[in-house]
Amino acid sequence: MPETRLKKILSVFEGKRGGLVSILQRVQEEFGYLPEDALAEIADFLRLPASEVFSVATFYAHFYLTRRGDHLVRVCQGTACYVRGARDILETAQHRLGIKTGQTTKDYKYSLERVACVGSCAMAPVAMIDDDVHAKMTPLKMNELLAKNKEKGSEGGLP
Amino acid sequence: MTATDAKVALRRIKSFEDLERFKETIIAQEGPDATYVTICGVPGCGVSGSHKIYEAFVAEMKAQEEEKNIIVKRTGCQGFCEKGPIVTIRPQDIFYHSVTAGDVPEIVEKTLLNNEIVDRLLYEDPQTGKRHAHVKEVPFYEKQVKVVLRNCGKIDPANIGDYIKVDGYRAAATVLTQWRPEEVIDCIKESGLRGRGGAGFPTGLKWESSRNAPGEEKYIICNGDEGDPGAFMDRSVMEGDPHSVLEGMIIAGYAVGARKGIIYVRAEYPLAVRHLSTAIAQATDLGLLGRNIMGSDFDFEIEIVKGAGAFVCGESTALVMSIEGKRGFPKPLPRPNTSIVGLWGMPTVLNNVETFACVPAIILQGAAWFSGIGTEKSKGTKVFALSGNVKNTGLVEVPMGTTLREIIFDIGGGIRGDRKFKAVQTGGPSGGCIPESLLDLPVDYESLAKVGSIMGSGGMLVMDESTCMVNMARYFLDFAQNESCGQCTLCKLGTKQMFEILQDITRGEGRPDDIEILLELAEAVKAGSICGLGQTVPNPVISTIRYFREEYEEHIHEKRCRALVCRSLISYRINEYKCKACMLCLKACPVDAIIGAKWQVHEIDQSKCIKCGACMEVCPPKFSAVECVSGLTTGD
Amino acid sequence: MINNISLTINGLDVKAPEGATILEAAQTAGIYIPTLCYCPGLTSEATCRICLVKIEKKKKLHPACRTPVEEGMAVTTDDAEIERVRRVTLELILSDHDFNCLLCPKSGTCRLQELVNRIGFDERRLNRLNRVAKDLPVDTSNPFFDFNPNKCIHCGICVRTCREIVGVNAIDMGYRGYELKVSTFGDKPLKESVCVSCGECVERCPVAALIPKKMEYPTREVKTTCAYCGVGCGLYMGVRGKNIVKARGDCENPVNQGELCVRGRFGYKFIHSPDRLSSPLVRAYDPLERIAHGIDETSRPGKPLAAPLVKREGKFVEVNWDQAIKYVASTLLHYKGDQFAAISSAKCTNEENYLFQKFVRTVMGTNNIDHCARL
Ligand SMILES: Cc1cc2nc3c(=O)[nH]c(=O)nc-3n(C[C@H](O)[C@H](O)[C@H](O)COP(=O)(O)O)c2cc1C
Ligand code: SF4
Ligand code: SF4
Ligand code: SF4
Ligand code: FES
Ligand code: FES
Ligand code: FES
Repeated sequence: MPETRLKKILSVFEGKRGGLVSILQRVQEEFGYLPEDALAEIADFLRLPASEVFSVATFYAHFYLTRRGDHLVRVCQGTACYVRGARDILETAQHRLGIKTGQTTKDYKYSLERVACVGSCAMAPVAMIDDDVHAKMTPLKMNELLAKNKEKGSEGGLP
Repeated sequence: MTATDAKVALRRIKSFEDLERFKETIIAQEGPDATYVTICGVPGCGVSGSHKIYEAFVAEMKAQEEEKNIIVKRTGCQGFCEKGPIVTIRPQDIFYHSVTAGDVPEIVEKTLLNNEIVDRLLYEDPQTGKRHAHVKEVPFYEKQVKVVLRNCGKIDPANIGDYIKVDGYRAAATVLTQWRPEEVIDCIKESGLRGRGGAGFPTGLKWESSRNAPGEEKYIICNGDEGDPGAFMDRSVMEGDPHSVLEGMIIAGYAVGARKGIIYVRAEYPLAVRHLSTAIAQATDLGLLGRNIMGSDFDFEIEIVKGAGAFVCGESTALVMSIEGKRGFPKPLPRPNTSIVGLWGMPTVLNNVETFACVPAIILQGAAWFSGIGTEKSKGTKVFALSGNVKNTGLVEVPMGTTLREIIFDIGGGIRGDRKFKAVQTGGPSGGCIPESLLDLPVDYESLAKVGSIMGSGGMLVMDESTCMVNMARYFLDFAQNESCGQCTLCKLGTKQMFEILQDITRGEGRPDDIEILLELAEAVKAGSICGLGQTVPNPVISTIRYFREEYEEHIHEKRCRALVCRSLISYRINEYKCKACMLCLKACPVDAIIGAKWQVHEIDQSKCIKCGACMEVCPPKFSAVECVSGLTTGD
Repeated sequence: MINNISLTINGLDVKAPEGATILEAAQTAGIYIPTLCYCPGLTSEATCRICLVKIEKKKKLHPACRTPVEEGMAVTTDDAEIERVRRVTLELILSDHDFNCLLCPKSGTCRLQELVNRIGFDERRLNRLNRVAKDLPVDTSNPFFDFNPNKCIHCGICVRTCREIVGVNAIDMGYRGYELKVSTFGDKPLKESVCVSCGECVERCPVAALIPKKMEYPTREVKTTCAYCGVGCGLYMGVRGKNIVKARGDCENPVNQGELCVRGRFGYKFIHSPDRLSSPLVRAYDPLERIAHGIDETSRPGKPLAAPLVKREGKFVEVNWDQAIKYVASTLLHYKGDQFAAISSAKCTNEENYLFQKFVRTVMGTNNIDHCARL
């Protein structure tokens, strides 16, 4: 029942000021992305113009308006990682998953993203799969990591 | 006893004396003879398996059933992340690096039980070949002065008792029970503390203007957005010593007359959020946050707000908008400062994590002590995140005015693989690249600005000769154009166009007057943009042109990249005299660009080659037949 | 307003009232400062950066459209540095704009074109800038106007108009950075949004991004009052040949101060419709009755028809106003009190509506009177 789930989140913010960004974060945690109906309801709840809610949701890089993969692969392209070959890591991941940065595999198993620094620069280059940080990456390691996960059944390719 | 957290009966601390008693109880509980094993347990090292080490210690200690009073703690970053995981044994200060779970029994057996040193885990100075047993002797730590990082790596950040034991909350207690708010402001002013978030605005003045500004409610915001790629100072403090930030905020709140604090943390830092939340909960339980703190009539509470992925939200007005639930569009001049009209239109003190972390130390040790460190205009210390092609990457804290050379060569150990130093970048996307000739520059706000860079929040990226400066500028502009909020023309379109031109240059499509045009665009974007982002992101372009113009010229006129980075401007060749026709590279090439056979010297078909470098990687070092050359080889 | 603030602009002494911006002060003094995202009556967000000026003793350049005058201020509106920044700004906008002026309906009244003429550009630089091909789809869903994002310069005037003047908030700035785009909720076509097609944004768009579907320039304008409803907005009808091709609000008119709704702005096409009634009609079912009312069937054949309808069988017959009124009056004689009800029209003026209800209550003797309240 997605509607009651949304209502529950919103009820926490009753009477609070300026909660839009926090609400969007909570809703995305719950649904994995920001469904359009949810955005409309949030706008109603906060008595904000729907166009403004949309504009905020599209401004911040963390918000997605379409369904994402179950696992999020993030390859750091921050400065420290970049000078230590992060581009190759990203390309390997793209190749392995058969998608480009920002896309999701057709079985909704993986989404691939670049991120600007996760704060582990000393261990560069770094990649994250969901919340796990993998340090001192090489293309080979990336391949292995994804292959390990792949056994769990992703086919790759675009949806 | 392997207790990680001293089980002190949680009683609310209602006075200065309560705090003292609390501290003494903890010391008594842990025992004066305790030996501490501290393991770096945050991501840098965590990635390298520090949690396994922790478990191994705990298990091993159980097995030993020894009488000795040994306490194992997981700490925040100990700085020398390059050599992680790090284990330090105190009070002897024995420093072990690159420890694995397998080393644990030996450490317990030898060091903990028998006071011997495990030689092979010691740090070996690559220059002298000497092994150092103690933290202070390791060159990486030798020149550092720890103010902000005073507790990082020594205490368990998830345990408020640890913080109180090292005189935590004592500054807050002193201020709340004995000082007038004006005295706090005077002390901070006198200390010469300047904001560590980039611009270096005097903190005392900022507090004073908020204090004097009218407003029924005032706010203290801690800027933990740390958006500069390549910077992780604030993260380490939030993860490794969260209470020092809270304490700094409490003191600021008292000085300014604010009752509410907000910590704005980058969402990419889940552990920082966790540690801060724990810290807030613990402090609230003890009555160090909330109503009538330590028996005074001062109330203060702190809330955490997570960022949502926008670098520009580190800018003061955009950050405020973001907390208010709006898009992070910075407000154009003329506008009142955030310290006067900030969150919800009220006076708001916005300071960086590191700035707040300095405050308790200044209160306890005095303004004079703090202003005694550093240079005439830049007081105290600064934390840098040393990264890039330097041997010892990690967190370093040095007095202001330390030279770049000292940081990079003495502390950082020089360049990796003993290549040649080329440049150092400070201030991230807003800063500049500083060449070798300026290595003796003292690091302070003014000196860095003079050479076209900025202090920034403390990213320090070291580059060797394998870095292409044009590509570096391209990289930063790519970042800038992705992070521009887009409201003002110059920044949105200017960064895009500079990026496109730099991209052309790195692809060998640069045109003769590109350098001039880049400079013209850069100057206009700097002069006309609304916020600090647009006003500073041209710096990487300007500074690389200023110091490395010849590299631009080579790319544009000769179509060469001397660092062999720009793929369109290099080619791989097989030296026919060295090639042993072993077929290794031929098999490795992903696009079958290598022509050859057994007994037939190989050759690369330049029209097919995608310059991935796979052939060079697989060619056995004893042959080294594959060469990468700058400039384009036009086949035959 | 008293001009109590003295300042100098380009060395000239200028006086301005407190709270005025540098731009307003300059305009009153006849000094030109280029603007693009500025629009009178809307807040200035100072995002286009074309109006930047120098203020003595201040480090950064300041937007004239947003900076209030201060006593003793010394402003420079153009010098070499300002000129450089302005040109680069303009070139950057051009590099991102589909500037096929010859085929553009806005040509001649386009503000960007005007700036190009007044500020000029560096050809070498403009040619170097990459015309990154933006090929976004044009939104033609609205029946009255189109939105062409490839022409949009992101001045934000439309967004502010919809927010501050209209209050509908149909559009906002979506996405960020280079991807910034004026968008509705969900970035859907305007027709699927809450847009009420008032066209206020279209009126203010400085370029051809928001543009009426069929754009013709009038040769003269006629001042008039909107015939649609009782509000009585003042407007100018733009006439070309014998046709009305445009309507625009009369800014001087105290009623609407230049604003119009969808009917006033775009609803003028009925004027030239062949279906339009132009004389009264009565529906008469009986030749005798027709004769009794003096209706001559054969008069003025083939002309369009006109109004008061009587719901009876028979066919419509065109009559003149005298005949129509006579017909109505004689028919009304048959009814009295609550047998009778009347509905009046929002298209009538307040005075007419007043008279009508007076008539119904006193003459017809009933309170059965209502008003259509909308068109
Ligand atoms: C684009 C931009 C990004 C910024 N990012 C940060 C940041 O991540 N962390 C930070 O502390 N300050 C950042 N700042 C600086 C802040 O605006 C502000 O000056 C600072 O937080 C004030 O604190 P301080 O006085 O303690 O330095 C940024 C500024 C700009 C213009
Ligand atoms: S300078 Fe860039 S980031 Fe700052 S307001 Fe302008 S467009 Fe936005
Ligand atoms: S036509 Fe009117 S309602 Fe529609 S977007 Fe424009 S201003 Fe808003
Ligand atoms: S559509 Fe017109 S008014 Fe709206 S932002 Fe674009 S150029 Fe400005
Ligand atoms: S640059 Fe990759 S973690 Fe910082
Ligand atoms: S993260 Fe362990 S030493 Fe820095
Ligand atoms: S007109 Fe002033 S900034 Fe656009």
